[in-house]
Amino acid sequence: MSSSVQASSDVRGAAVRFEHVQKSYDGEILVVKDLNLDIAPGEFVTMLGPSGSGKTTCLMMLAGFEPATNGEIFLNDKPINNVPPRKRGIGMVFQNYALFPHMSVAENLAFPLEIRKMGKSEREEKVKRALDMVELGAFGNRRPAQLSGGQQQRVAVARALVFDPDLVLMDEPLGALDKQLREQMQYEIKHIHESLGVSVVYVTHDQTEALTMSDRVAVFQDGVIQQLSSPDDLYESPQNSFVAQFIGENNKLSGVITGIDNGLCGMTLDDGTKVTAEAVNVGDIGSRATISLRPERVELEPQELRDNRVNGKVVEVLYLGDHLRIVMSVAGNHEFIVKLPNGGRHSSPIEGQSYQLGWSALDAKALDPVS
Amino acid sequence: MSASIQATTDLSTPKPLTVDGRPLKKSLARALRRDKLRAFLLIFPLLAFIVLSFVMPIGDMLFRSVENSIVEKTLPGTVKALSRWDSTIGDIPDEAVFTALADDLMLAQEIKRHTRLGSRLNYDQPGISSLFRKTGRRLKKFENTAAQDALVQINAAWDSPAAWISLQEIPSFDTHFPATAQSLQNWSGWVASEEGEEVDATTLQPHGFTYASLLQDLKTLDASTWETLEADASGLFTGVNDQLQNIPEENFTSQFADIDDGWLDLDNWRAMKRLSPRYIDSYFLASIDSERTESGVERKSENERIYATLFVRTILISLVITMSCILLGYPVAFLLANLPVRASNLVLILVLLPFWTSLLVRTSAWKVLLQQQGVINDLLVWIGLIDNAGRLVMINNMTGTIIAMTHILLPFMILPLFSVMKTISPTYMRAAKSMGASDSLAFWRIYFPNTIPGIGAGSILVFILSIGYYITPALVGGTKGVFISNRIAYHISSSLNWGLAAALGSILLVLVLALYWTYDRIVGIDKVNLG
Repeated sequence: MSSSVQASSDVRGAAVRFEHVQKSYDGEILVVKDLNLDIAPGEFVTMLGPSGSGKTTCLMMLAGFEPATNGEIFLNDKPINNVPPRKRGIGMVFQNYALFPHMSVAENLAFPLEIRKMGKSEREEKVKRALDMVELGAFGNRRPAQLSGGQQQRVAVARALVFDPDLVLMDEPLGALDKQLREQMQYEIKHIHESLGVSVVYVTHDQTEALTMSDRVAVFQDGVIQQLSSPDDLYESPQNSFVAQFIGENNKLSGVITGIDNGLCGMTLDDGTKVTAEAVNVGDIGSRATISLRPERVELEPQELRDNRVNGKVVEVLYLGDHLRIVMSVAGNHEFIVKLPNGGRHSSPIEGQSYQLGWSALDAKALDPVS
Repeated sequence: MSASIQATTDLSTPKPLTVDGRPLKKSLARALRRDKLRAFLLIFPLLAFIVLSFVMPIGDMLFRSVENSIVEKTLPGTVKALSRWDSTIGDIPDEAVFTALADDLMLAQEIKRHTRLGSRLNYDQPGISSLFRKTGRRLKKFENTAAQDALVQINAAWDSPAAWISLQEIPSFDTHFPATAQSLQNWSGWVASEEGEEVDATTLQPHGFTYASLLQDLKTLDASTWETLEADASGLFTGVNDQLQNIPEENFTSQFADIDDGWLDLDNWRAMKRLSPRYIDSYFLASIDSERTESGVERKSENERIYATLFVRTILISLVITMSCILLGYPVAFLLANLPVRASNLVLILVLLPFWTSLLVRTSAWKVLLQQQGVINDLLVWIGLIDNAGRLVMINNMTGTIIAMTHILLPFMILPLFSVMKTISPTYMRAAKSMGASDSLAFWRIYFPNTIPGIGAGSILVFILSIGYYITPALVGGTKGVFISNRIAYHISSSLNWGLAAALGSILLVLVLALYWTYDRIVGIDKVNLG
């Protein structure tokens, strides 16, 4: 857990607080299990997880479209369980934009302002400013169908922000865009967030999006937040095997704990190899654990002394331009990945040959066992 | 000069060519020809079926609304003779017309066409049909030999078929003897019918009517024509001109008058002259409760007007039915589009259920429900809302038509609405609510405008179906709830006035097309979504 952000949110009061929130649709299965989450004002929090992990349900409960089965949600320290969506004042960007097809772009943006009984001149002023913010000033008279996907996306963002909400929810807003546009929009949304200072709750299943944009990421699985951390913590210090596998590429090595000492643990892998790893989330001596090891932290034929030295056999070599991706068979794992930077130094490893691999004990995280 | 310009334009915009130098367009057309041919062959059976069974019969029906060749076909000589008669003066036509009529009717009654003509004329001139029927029966007893006897007396040569053959060989026979030529044609038709096809009419001497027609023709000839005739080698006309004044007329006029006074009625003759043209507008005038008289087109008297009222009623009831369908169908379609799939399928089956039941059964069911001793009235009396004497009249009137047809046409409103509503993402409503809109505001500003294409499609379907509906109004409409289509059906199957039925149908068709065009103008037909 990132304690610094947690502490600051305590001081300033949370923009959003989930307290023991549970959700079930059928009364038998809990989709969200005991969710506790504080979001500080101005914070960009991403709910990341595979589909069916409960992240969208959390967002819908926050927006008010789904009632919480148990627990309480607070908005600016006020309970909102019985506040209808229209009175929550939350801006929302939907997965397929939900731009009203029968209205022009400007009318779409003016809609929330009209409802707030804003005067015509003020309304036009705000619409213009919002459109300029997303660089669509010239498109006010177009229908949504006449815009490209990326432009529609920007209109949706502008519409969610035009009535100056404190909190904006985004439900996989970039899912329908192609890769290049998605990356561009990530930066734009991030910049808008930084310049306006609104709180954003963002739902996605794309880890790159989550890592690029967020202050903190909540990784969901089975209706439970597996880890809530800043993006770098999430990558560098995964708290369990699920997070380690879900975020970034990851090599798994399974074995039994043979000793724990000063944050490090010794392990015997299933094929008998002995290695040392950082003990992050392990049981007692004799229990099983899984080592998570990032491919880029493994060195082929290490020049220096390494905590761990293991032999592996090359299964396949893929040339990817800036690096070589080598699939190896290491300690019973036949999909062990090594990334070799293309420095021109190495000659390409030969398939079928054995090489020595080395890595630092602190780069290998011993986590809960996976079957 | 022009060639050089041609050359330069060719240079500036060269036509794209394929690699082997053929124009790209031609090459493309060749490549697509097979596909087009295949596509055409695939639709050909349906195309042929539709053209043969739909387009052609309908075209033929529409054509009947103006077609009127029966008069000219049945009374060719009379029509020609009538064209010289001035109907405005106030005298009935002269003996020449009656002679032609007798001659024409002789053939017509032989081939039994005069009664059909009578019923046709009867549409516009009530009573005239009995005139034709009566006359047809007694035509054979007409005295017709006066002219024949006189001519034979002048020149015995007239008493043989040869005389008629040489008569027809006279140059410009047709122009000088139009009535005779027509009469000879009628005569050969009569012979063919009476004696059989194998008898050659030219070997027989024509009947007295033809002599009478010849006499009428002779009376119109001028002096110079007489000179040429008398110089004719056959010598048939030698001395005829001198004796012409002495030849007695048969006086067909009085013989017709003896059968029925109607033949002396000016109105009958005016009607016949008015209806002589091959194409007429009388059916269309009748369709809008008007008729052509000597003083021009006039509205019929108040108590004879029927079609305009029916057209207005048809349109109004159709509008009411369309509105009822919108009001009743909208919530159902909404339910269909928003229920979970399993429940929505069940509702959809309920909506489609009526399609699996015969239309007649459904309509008859309404009779059972709505009649004064029916289920609904019984129920209302039982719960005490109305007393036994005050049972509601809900059938055999406009109410019955509206209720039964709304029920029958409801699916045609629900289905297009449903297909449109299905495509409206629920996130629109959520988005509106997240922006602060109340439920009703979100509905009217966001949801409803997006369903208008469905309302449009459903309304067009229901309105067009209902404007031409026939069975249900006939069964439950009584007299106050029938449509124009019931009148059309009456003329098709009972009164057999197909021309009027065709004219009414054409007006209905034009009306529907006009509405369709207006709708396209206002809403845009491309916005219609039939699912």
